[in-house]
Amino acid sequence: MPAISRDEVAHLAGLARIEMSPDELDRMAGQLDVILGAVAQVREVAGDDVPATSHPMPLVNVTRPDVPRPGLSAEQALAGAPAQQEQRFRVPRILEED
Amino acid sequence: MSELTRRTAADLAQLLSSGEVSAVEVTQAHLDRITEVDAGVHSFLHVATESALADAAAVDAARAAGENLGPLAGVPIAVKDVMTTQGLPTTAGSKMLEGWVPPYDATVVRKLRESRLVMLGKTNMDEFAMGSSTEHSAYGPTRNPWDLNRIPGGSGGGSAAALAAFEAPLATGTDTGGSIRQPASVTGTVGVKPTYGAVSRYGLIAMASSLDQGGPCARTVLDAALLHEVMAGHDPLDSTSLTDGYPDVVAAARAGAKDGIAGLKIGVIRELHGGEGGYQAGVLARFDESLALLTKAGAEIVEVSCPSFTAALPAYYLIMPSEASSNLAKFDAMRYGLRVGPQGVEGPSAEQVMAATRAAGFGDEVKRRIILGTYALSSGYYDAYYGSAQKVRTLIQRDFAAAFAQADVLVSPTAPTTAFALGAKLDDPLSMYLQDVATIPANLAGIPGMSLPSGLADEDGLPAGIQLLAPAQADDRLYRVGAALESLLVESWGGQILDKAPVLDAKTLEAIR
Repeated sequence: MPAISRDEVAHLAGLARIEMSPDELDRMAGQLDVILGAVAQVREVAGDDVPATSHPMPLVNVTRPDVPRPGLSAEQALAGAPAQQEQRFRVPRILEED
Repeated sequence: MSELTRRTAADLAQLLSSGEVSAVEVTQAHLDRITEVDAGVHSFLHVATESALADAAAVDAARAAGENLGPLAGVPIAVKDVMTTQGLPTTAGSKMLEGWVPPYDATVVRKLRESRLVMLGKTNMDEFAMGSSTEHSAYGPTRNPWDLNRIPGGSGGGSAAALAAFEAPLATGTDTGGSIRQPASVTGTVGVKPTYGAVSRYGLIAMASSLDQGGPCARTVLDAALLHEVMAGHDPLDSTSLTDGYPDVVAAARAGAKDGIAGLKIGVIRELHGGEGGYQAGVLARFDESLALLTKAGAEIVEVSCPSFTAALPAYYLIMPSEASSNLAKFDAMRYGLRVGPQGVEGPSAEQVMAATRAAGFGDEVKRRIILGTYALSSGYYDAYYGSAQKVRTLIQRDFAAAFAQADVLVSPTAPTTAFALGAKLDDPLSMYLQDVATIPANLAGIPGMSLPSGLADEDGLPAGIQLLAPAQADDRLYRVGAALESLLVESWGGQILDKAPVLDAKTLEAIR
């Protein structure tokens, strides 16, 4: 039995916000099934007594003095924007006018 | 081809500081070489001809004015396109960022500029560093200079190929599961993944943040050390940047070449030596030869066992996509990168624009990993997959700790095979993933690793690599042992490995066009 069905892949693609064609879903489902079959062994390797490690080094919260310092200028920040208006990023309207 | 392009970075630095050649001459020689071969090799996504020559001229002027310059001032370098470069395009090999010119430099790039290296351009890579062959670049694959029908490794195939094709003496890379070391292995070059946190990740477009690590790519161990020294150092802009533990890697490389390695204990990892993983006979033969040379030079070889390594690849292919799916969420068509409207939809929603944009902007491998990561992190599967993978990480760290109690450095072949043919594994992701079986444990544990050429495999005459691993923050051990082994190997070959590479001439380059 496949670990992952085509419907599940379609659901995941929705969650990940990636549009997929029916062909793409078929292909992806087959490949993910093989990959998941191969990676499933992690479930058998470590018991409850093994703590999880999320990061290779111990993380500490890093803060710095709250002192203002120069950042990008408005021109620099907007240099890569496809559209701009009044020194702001111009983006498509997503809310109806009220 | 100008002889200048065959020189090591250390040689060029000497010629430049003594005034025998100018930075402009050295830069022009490499730009000419790129013009000559890159249409065939495709190491570069962007060649910065004008700014490179201007930077080189500035170095010459500074030197003439008697300014005190860094050891690599005026030496050209190629930069992996995953690193942001102010004023130069940065795409990470993706359509998602096509045409983007960052307004700021990555910390690594800033350090290169401050050390007055000359940036030749940006090198090709698998999209968002996902792949082991550079075939997943949205801008077409890079080819291996040893055989243009084969892959140069990945994701840093462009950087490795640029070195092997004598287009640049130095290059930068990033290594999440082997993306510096595996390309080095299959192109006959040297690549180092430093200790996690030793090189700042600020401005490196993220794939998997707990694994990604920038590092040097070069043709010799000493050159890698010289570049490592420039790239490493604490950075307040990266909260995971190490605050201490930066050993003198250049001194270590020089000492290794001079003093050798008598008395050193070298551990061979049983799980990465034959048996599972599909190791090619010629790769294993060259590896065993290197061990024999090390023994003859006075090192003691011991066998160590790291039983959890069999689960490293599965754990990696859960953790990496999980982090990648999160990191790539920023490409939402609103804040960043490409924006594509869905076909035939009147007044589309933000969600529809996002889905259409991500469908158009991401390639197959990136989509595959985002979906896999979304699955591994989803409610109901999180503990079974992601949680279990993080436990494997603990076991791998314990294995390394036990192994380093028995040996100063650990060794294995870098990649199980030599370069495979372009297209051979493109539809078989799992088989592509196996390329990284020996390199991944170092990323999961955060320790440093180096790959250097071990010779040519008998079956196909292509380069094989040997991997050295050291404990965290003991990067200098890699350089000491690496330089010692390199001088033994070069002596046994009677010259550098790349001298045996076929000449890229007009005929071979024309044939693939």
